[in-house]
Amino acid sequence: MTLAKRIIPCLDVDGGRVVKGVRFQNLVDAGDPVEVARAYDDKGADELVFLDITASSDNRESVADLIQAVASEVFIPLTVGGGVRSGADVRRLLHAGADKIAVNTAALTSPDLINEASYLFGSQCIVVAIDARRVPGSTDDAPKWEVYTHGGRKNTGRDVEDWAREAVARGAGELLVTSMDRDGTKSGFDLRLLQNLHQHVAVPVIASGGVGSLEHLAEGIIEGHADAVLAASIFHFGTFTIREAKEYLVNRGVPVRLEP
Amino acid sequence: MGSIAVIDYGMGNLFSIVKALEHVAVNDSIVLTSDADDLERASHIVLPGVGAIRECMAELKRLDLVKPIRELAPRKPFLGICLGLQAVLGFSDENDGVEALNLIKGRVRLFDQALQDEAGEPIRIPHIGWNQIYPTISHPLWNGINPGAYFYFVHSYYAPDNVEGRAASTVYGLDFSSALTKGTIFAVQFHPEKSHTTGLKFLSNFVHWNPVPQSS
Repeated sequence: MTLAKRIIPCLDVDGGRVVKGVRFQNLVDAGDPVEVARAYDDKGADELVFLDITASSDNRESVADLIQAVASEVFIPLTVGGGVRSGADVRRLLHAGADKIAVNTAALTSPDLINEASYLFGSQCIVVAIDARRVPGSTDDAPKWEVYTHGGRKNTGRDVEDWAREAVARGAGELLVTSMDRDGTKSGFDLRLLQNLHQHVAVPVIASGGVGSLEHLAEGIIEGHADAVLAASIFHFGTFTIREAKEYLVNRGVPVRLEP
Repeated sequence: MGSIAVIDYGMGNLFSIVKALEHVAVNDSIVLTSDADDLERASHIVLPGVGAIRECMAELKRLDLVKPIRELAPRKPFLGICLGLQAVLGFSDENDGVEALNLIKGRVRLFDQALQDEAGEPIRIPHIGWNQIYPTISHPLWNGINPGAYFYFVHSYYAPDNVEGRAASTVYGLDFSSALTKGTIFAVQFHPEKSHTTGLKFLSNFVHWNPVPQSS
């Protein structure tokens, strides 16, 4: 009788295709989004995250079309992010079949968007995505992280913990936290980052960035207290299946949804 | 062949519930509507919803749907989903307190941050993710749904265990009512349209449900 921990494949979308890069660079094609989504749905993914990493204004309509195509066939929760700038963007994506909308850059440049969208559509569908990087020189004794935007290219100088608290106070229902230091490295989550946020915010946290093994997923949940774990490359390139990941977690005592 | 009316009051993701109903009711027409005449003509009515209760009730009033829903819900199969469950109750604590449709007696409450999970950790709010439901009554809508089946939830407010017509129990910090029923009305806190094959089985049960209307 318990809430299952979620395993969430992340589909980075660029020009209508799923891609995966190392530290947001060197992008490799990983397939057609609808086919990838359907395959994950069949194998028991708990949710799917689509991030439009091109995020230019000229192809935002195509993301709505893509979500509509996926939502017509895939009956699990869909989260969409990338290039979301306004309440109108949020509304359009929800109407296309998205359940949650992730905001990142726009949440920092115009934080009232979080208040507006959570008031209109409910906190439960507003995810604030935070790209965090350790401050150079900060040690494990007193680690510090700063918030990056624009796909990890721009340092805002904001302290991650401080921004996380503000985002939740403004109405974020969930945080999607990516360690820029670990993303694409397959060296595991930044567990200190997750532990730090777990202590300071009361909403669910989705851990992202660095998964290279099934043990990394277990660590994120057990040691990092993450409510959900996000991964891309280990699933896209067939290193592990969702089912294998869930069976591994069950053996580590983590509650997961094994059906269907 | 019938028609299933999905009430459109401009909030949230209605696309998915329409697609899921099309998936399980291939011979029926699915009508996304805010027109009371469509509700009158329909064989089944669905009140979906995400978002906040004050906006929900304000929109239903603005669209002149409160009276038709109150009249029709006790006469034909009616399914409330998520906010739709909270709307069929009498009152919600959300948004400083809002009077709702009062089709079933009960008061919707906010999860308390002091509640703890099995591990003794404070629960996270909202309640987001896959949780287990345990039917508390035998009902046609539970056909093929096992006790402990996982459904997808996303909400911060809940119907307590002592509301009228409890049909299923779920635990999140406390035992709450994840489904309610009274006559032709059924309401669920989870999202069947987002709950994979288990959710589609539940929706299939709903579209094939022919309950006896309540005598008024």
